Parts: sequence; C-alpha cells; structure tokens
Amino acid sequence: MTYEVPVAPGEKAEIETSTDRDLDGWPMWEVFVRARRGISHVHVGSLHAPDPETALENARDVYTRRGEGVSVWVVPSVEIHAFEPEAAEEYVEANEKVYRLATSYDIPEEVGHM
Amino acid sequence: MTPEERFQALIDAEEKIEPTDWMPEGYRSTLIRQIAQHAHSEVIGMQPEGNWITRAPSLHRKAILMAKVQDEAGHGLYLYSAAETLGVRRDELQELLHQGKHKYSSIFNYPTLSWADIGTIGWLVDGAAITNQVMLTRCSYGPYARAMVRICKEESFHQRQGYEIMMRLCEGTPEQKAMAQDALNRWWWPSLMMFGPHDTDSTHTEQSMEWKIKRVSNDELRQQFVDMTVPQAEYLGLTIPDPELRWNPERGHYDFGEIDWDEFWRVVKGFGPMNRDRLAHKVNAWEEGAWVREAAAAHAAKKAARAA
Ligand SMILES: [Fe+2]
Ligand SMILES: [Fe+2]
Repeated sequence: MTYEVPVAPGEKAEIETSTDRDLDGWPMWEVFVRARRGISHVHVGSLHAPDPETALENARDVYTRRGEGVSVWVVPSVEIHAFEPEAAEEYVEANEKVYRLATSYDIPEEVGHM
Repeated sequence: MTPEERFQALIDAEEKIEPTDWMPEGYRSTLIRQIAQHAHSEVIGMQPEGNWITRAPSLHRKAILMAKVQDEAGHGLYLYSAAETLGVRRDELQELLHQGKHKYSSIFNYPTLSWADIGTIGWLVDGAAITNQVMLTRCSYGPYARAMVRICKEESFHQRQGYEIMMRLCEGTPEQKAMAQDALNRWWWPSLMMFGPHDTDSTHTEQSMEWKIKRVSNDELRQQFVDMTVPQAEYLGLTIPDPELRWNPERGHYDFGEIDWDEFWRVVKGFGPMNRDRLAHKVNAWEEGAWVREAAAAHAAKKAARAA
C-alpha cells in the first residue's frame, strides 16, 4: 500500500520507541483555525515551536496555505485540560435525559410551528 | 463494558477511535509504524522534485513546483502531528529515520532524470498516493483520517499539475514527447510497486483490515489505479510499458503483467538507486540546520526572560 513499507523477510517489524527524549526542546502547540467570519475556531492539529510567535507563523504556513483560515490560535499543548477518558460514561448518561429535547414533546400540528 | 469491548463496539459501529480511548497495543504500534512511515515518505519525497526547482522550464512552473514541494513538507507535519497523538514524539521518529531503523516509501529511491519525471511523478506517484489516501480518509483512527482529508485536497492539485506537464510535453516536439515516454517507461513499474506485495504475501493486511486501519487490499487498490491510469496514458498518446496490458471485458478491468518482485524487495531492503543519497541528504539537512534551531531556542529564552 502506498507509503507503507512492507517488512522484508528476516527483518524486525517492531522498532522500540520511547517518549522520554526531547531532542529539539521545543514545546508542542495545539492549533485552532477560524475558517471564516461567523464560525468558531476549530482544532486542526499541532506543531512544535520555541515560542508563541514562531508557533503562530508555523501554524499559518502549515495549516492555512490555501485560505483555510481568517484567524489562528496557538495554545501550549500542556495547557489543554480534559476529563479522564473514563468520564465518557457521563456523556452517555446525559444522552438518556430525553425530556431535555424539544422533540420529546407531542404538540398537535394545528398549533402551528413551535 | 470492558475497554476491549468498547473499542470493538466503536470499530464495528464505524465510529472513530480517538487518542484518549483505550486501544490494543497492536493497534497503537501498527498505527505509529504506518503513520511514521507515511510522514517520512512525505518528507523524503520532497527531494526528487526539489531537485528540479532551479531547473523548472519557466517561472510559472517553478512557482507551482515550489508550492507542491512545500505541500509535501506540510503533509509530513500533519502526519507527525497525528503520530504524536499516539504517545511518540516527532523528533524521536525522525531520529529513527536518520538511523535507518524507520523506512519511507521506496518510490523516492528512484532518480528524477528529466523534466518529464516531474510531470510523471505528479501524475502517477501522486495519483497512486491519492488512490491509497482516499481509502485512508475512512481509517478508524480519527487523527489519521482527518490528516488524510486535508492531504487529499492538496494531492488533487499535485496530480493535475503533473498531468498538465505531460499534456504540454506530448503536444510538443517529437523530442519532448519522447522525453515523456521515457519518463513513463521508468516510473510505471515503481508506481505499481507503491501498492505493496500481493494480498497473499502481505503480512499485516488482515489485522489492519479487521481494525479498519486499512479498508481496501493492496491488489484491489493497484487494480483501481491501473484502470484509472490507462485511459489517461491513451489520451496523452503514450504507451504503458507492459506488453501484457489489455482490457478484460469479463472482469471489467485491465489485466496487467507481473511486477519484478526481486527489484521490489531489493529497493525495500535499501539497495535502490537513491537510498543512500536520500537518507544522507536528510541527515545533512538536519545537522546543518542545528544553528537555526539553537538560535530560535536562544531567542525564545531571551524573550521569556525579558518578559519575566
Ligand atoms: Fe503528499
Ligand atoms: Fe503530493
């Protein structure tokens, strides 16, 4: 398959990787782009850069080469906070509260649009 | 539900797996390997074309080629970014490439001998890449699939500009048309090799298909590519260098000859015409760029100190 190199007979397929090295010392930044006026910034990916100015310039070059954005945010990846994945169950619970949805109420058609 | 069951349920429901989800170790390591190889291929893939930037036949073609090569750098970055969501760092993946422990697509181990090679690469190599990458937009791993959506939009420009170069050459002088034919002769088989070994010899395929990392087999993708490309060659008035190539009305596909698998494995193992140059150039660029990285870090430290 394209860009996937097959393992040649007799070759080791698994290469060890470890995450404790930091060769360039550049922090990672998450990139958010506002595609056009009137809509929110959306996460598009990440990059490495030594400081916010360089991160912004790189983000513009990497993620908006064809007018994909009118505004870019960069945020240090370590500053993004999220629930632990196990908390996902709680979103499911919220889903079960159908009485929060407009569609769970039967209103006769004669009443008109509501 | 156990984490395993939840993972399988998401896969079965055609939902995407996201970075913080539990995933089998094999799923993670298969993706790291595949996305890293893909990223390395984009980055090394800048070399055969970069080689022609100074010699492009017009300012217009030079601007196009620079934009294309810059896109490939961008593709590498989107992909490293996707790989990093799996808990590896970009610089360590790059180090593995530099040490020769990670590979990149063999297609970039062939030399670009004439301007027609630039047309042929856009048409065939980017064309083959599109065939594969369109499938990968449906990959079960969210960040990889999303990177593919971005990449596919840009690849379309790559393929069209390449085919247009071929059209101009084929409308040109007999020498120009001969140059186009020569490039096709050299790139046709390596392009078919891009799809990898036959399904029957492909070790990872089955598990990858089960995990929906891969959605279509090597041989099916290769057939799609041949069926798409033959009429395009006919339009150019070029001959595909395969005496066994013919339309098979029963199958509704083109039949084609057998790939030289000895050559295929030789290049995979590192003995292609350009393997050594490509890697040496990459390592060299990284080492010669050290002062830029150091200066940027020093500048950032100074600014941070001033602000504090
Ligand atoms: Fe690319
Ligand atoms: Fe491309």
